Amino acid sequence: MQSKDESGRGWNLANGDRSRRTEIRSALVVWCLAFLFWAPRLAAQTKNSCLDCHSSLEGAMRVTAESLQGDIHAQKGITCTGCHGGDASSDDKSKSMSAAAEYRGRLDRKQIPELCAKCHSDAAYMRGSNPSLRTDQLSEYHASVHGQMLAKGDEKVAVCTDCHGVHDILPPDDPRSSVYPINVAATCGKCHANAEYMKAYNIPTDQLSLYNASVHHTELVEKGDLSAPTCSTCHGSHGAAPPGVKSVANVCSTCHMIQGQMYAAGPHKKAFETMGLGGCVTCHTNHKIEHPTDALIGTGAGAVCLNCHIEGDTGYGPANQMHQELTDLDAAIRRSNDILTRAEEAGVEVGEAQLELNEARDDMTKARVEIHTVTLSQIDPDIQAGMQVTQETWKAGQAALAEGSYRRKGLLFSVAAVLLVLIGLWLKIRDLEADDDSANTKEEKQ
Amino acid sequence: MNALANIQNWLDERFGWDELMAFVRHKTVPTHRFSYFYFLGGMTLFLFGIQVATGILLLLYYRPTPDGAFESVQYIMTNVPFGWLIRSIHSWGANVMILTAIAHMFSVFFLKSYRKPRELTWLSGMILLFLVLGFGFSGYLLPWNMLSLFATKVGTDMAAQVPWIGHWILVFLRGGDDVTGATLTRFFGMHVAVLPGLATLFIGLHLVLVQRFGMSVPPGVEADWKAHPEKARELRFFPNFLLRELMAWYIALAVLGCLAAFKPWELGTKADLFASAPAGIRPEWYFMFMFQTLRFLPAKIGPFAGDLLGVLGFGAAAAVWTLLPFFDNDKRGRGKRWIAGVGVFALAYFVGMTVYAYLAG
Repeated sequence: MQSKDESGRGWNLANGDRSRRTEIRSALVVWCLAFLFWAPRLAAQTKNSCLDCHSSLEGAMRVTAESLQGDIHAQKGITCTGCHGGDASSDDKSKSMSAAAEYRGRLDRKQIPELCAKCHSDAAYMRGSNPSLRTDQLSEYHASVHGQMLAKGDEKVAVCTDCHGVHDILPPDDPRSSVYPINVAATCGKCHANAEYMKAYNIPTDQLSLYNASVHHTELVEKGDLSAPTCSTCHGSHGAAPPGVKSVANVCSTCHMIQGQMYAAGPHKKAFETMGLGGCVTCHTNHKIEHPTDALIGTGAGAVCLNCHIEGDTGYGPANQMHQELTDLDAAIRRSNDILTRAEEAGVEVGEAQLELNEARDDMTKARVEIHTVTLSQIDPDIQAGMQVTQETWKAGQAALAEGSYRRKGLLFSVAAVLLVLIGLWLKIRDLEADDDSANTKEEKQ
Repeated sequence: MNALANIQNWLDERFGWDELMAFVRHKTVPTHRFSYFYFLGGMTLFLFGIQVATGILLLLYYRPTPDGAFESVQYIMTNVPFGWLIRSIHSWGANVMILTAIAHMFSVFFLKSYRKPRELTWLSGMILLFLVLGFGFSGYLLPWNMLSLFATKVGTDMAAQVPWIGHWILVFLRGGDDVTGATLTRFFGMHVAVLPGLATLFIGLHLVLVQRFGMSVPPGVEADWKAHPEKARELRFFPNFLLRELMAWYIALAVLGCLAAFKPWELGTKADLFASAPAGIRPEWYFMFMFQTLRFLPAKIGPFAGDLLGVLGFGAAAAVWTLLPFFDNDKRGRGKRWIAGVGVFALAYFVGMTVYAYLAG
């Protein structure tokens, strides 16, 4: 029952409101229990003794919360203890870095692939984090040159952290990632372009510089075409190994499918395999693949056919003829293009002929693809079709130039006619006004 | 000669031919140092005639549909005998006609020919100028190439800036929310039916008013002639002035022919409704000064959108300019001098902004 004190307040504890006092006591107990229950948990979540120490260290030992911010593992809630073991909730080193806490510390390079695979090869575990990621990286790695050499004890070879990073691992589709397609060559080049580092292996170290001069690099890095190949496209990523002699054409034809089919249908495939030559790279090289020109084929300067063929052998003549046909068609297309451009600049509409000329360009492209059969009878039909189109467009260009000339002659006559009319009008005006003046003068005299 | 006399008699009995000829014979044109500007109106009329004649010829082949428009123009340019000439003359003629219309308007402004009693002549002339600009805008879309598609899109977007009714105007112009085939059909209808009908009406009115009130003499010359009547000079309209006008028309025809032969109007690439705007899209030169002004205006001016204020500003300026005779009603008949200053500024702004827009790319 409420009672009011002299000040008019609603109730007064001193007057013994037992039920209210009980309520307040109960609330206080509940709050204390909740605090005692949640506080340790909150403390445990935010507490990371590893970072507390390592953020104050320098050099390779320095790891801060900021540096971990972008790391994909940290974002998924996997902290230091996930790889290094230990107890991050304790500041006491004897506890946090104890064997009881399964502290592993700095990892041996030989252990890194298996350590990463503990999660990354566990399909059930990865399904809960990123179901689309593959889980065969470790088995691929074991099959790679890097994996095989690591198994033999060579710790200089690449392990997971060398390519993916350590505490700043980004997803492969992040443009800042060291394994983003545009960055892969530079990542591989960290070792493979270091002549001093690679001295013991007796393999070239110019792959990166050669690749950077290639058309593939231009497409990938300068034009941003992510489908263009980089090191891992041809060599594999986790299962990295140079493709074998017989595999080169297969590797190239994953993208250059038609050229691969043409090559397989021609006489070079068997001949190259017999000679132990690696398919496509025999003519196009491997790392410094440049945009092919018609000069690549034939018997002239820069022609690769001369690497094997000599004058008089079965391939020498056809190589020469194929080169001639390609250059003839190219010259005919340029000639038609020039005349049509001149006609267009002269003001004659030649859109249809220019469109038709594109058919000849298509025929040229087809011929340049079929050249991989190295068989004259294969490229002849396209060359002939292209030449036919260039002849028609050349005639159209000539007709257009003639039309332009006719129009200008017509204009000349028209302008001459207009000038005559203008002169006539001027003379008529002069006569009229002379008559008017003389009529006015007669009136004044009268 | 008897046959001619018979025809004249026949016409006179029915239409008052002799009376009309008497009027034409007695009509005179003042002759002074500014007389050459009198040719501009007739030149615009002649070019309008050229547009009608070439337009009718183009109508024989043109197809106003998204599938047929570009191809029909291409056909006219490549397969129709002298189609290239007719099409280029029509396209160049439009630009030259707009130029002479603007020049005629400014010459009437500076010579103060809009003064009493010629206010309605000025009004009808301004309406004709807007109709001519409408011809230019509607005709620009008809070849259905990428430039014309996006220029129309930008131009009609401006209409949406008008407060309250802007969206309605946009939908009315485009036949929908976007520039599509419906827009092409609508613009074609306006270009070949609505605008020519209105133009014919207002040209007729304009010519009647010009004949009714005669040719205006500039205030300075008028005052000089009042003080010195012996200085007043006149030229007979028929045949003296008309022969001179014919000379100007032939020169214009020769210029159009040269433009058609040496700089034929380009076909461009066919409009693609799904493509993004090509770089450097801009309207035709007669709208460039407005386009450039809107580019200069910031996105926001106070609480208002910059474009909105720009469009409203131009609208207000056009309204004031159209109603000019009612502002410049100086009782002495000479007109207010400061209005000439406004005209100089307007002309300089128009020319300067247009040149700047082209130089700035």
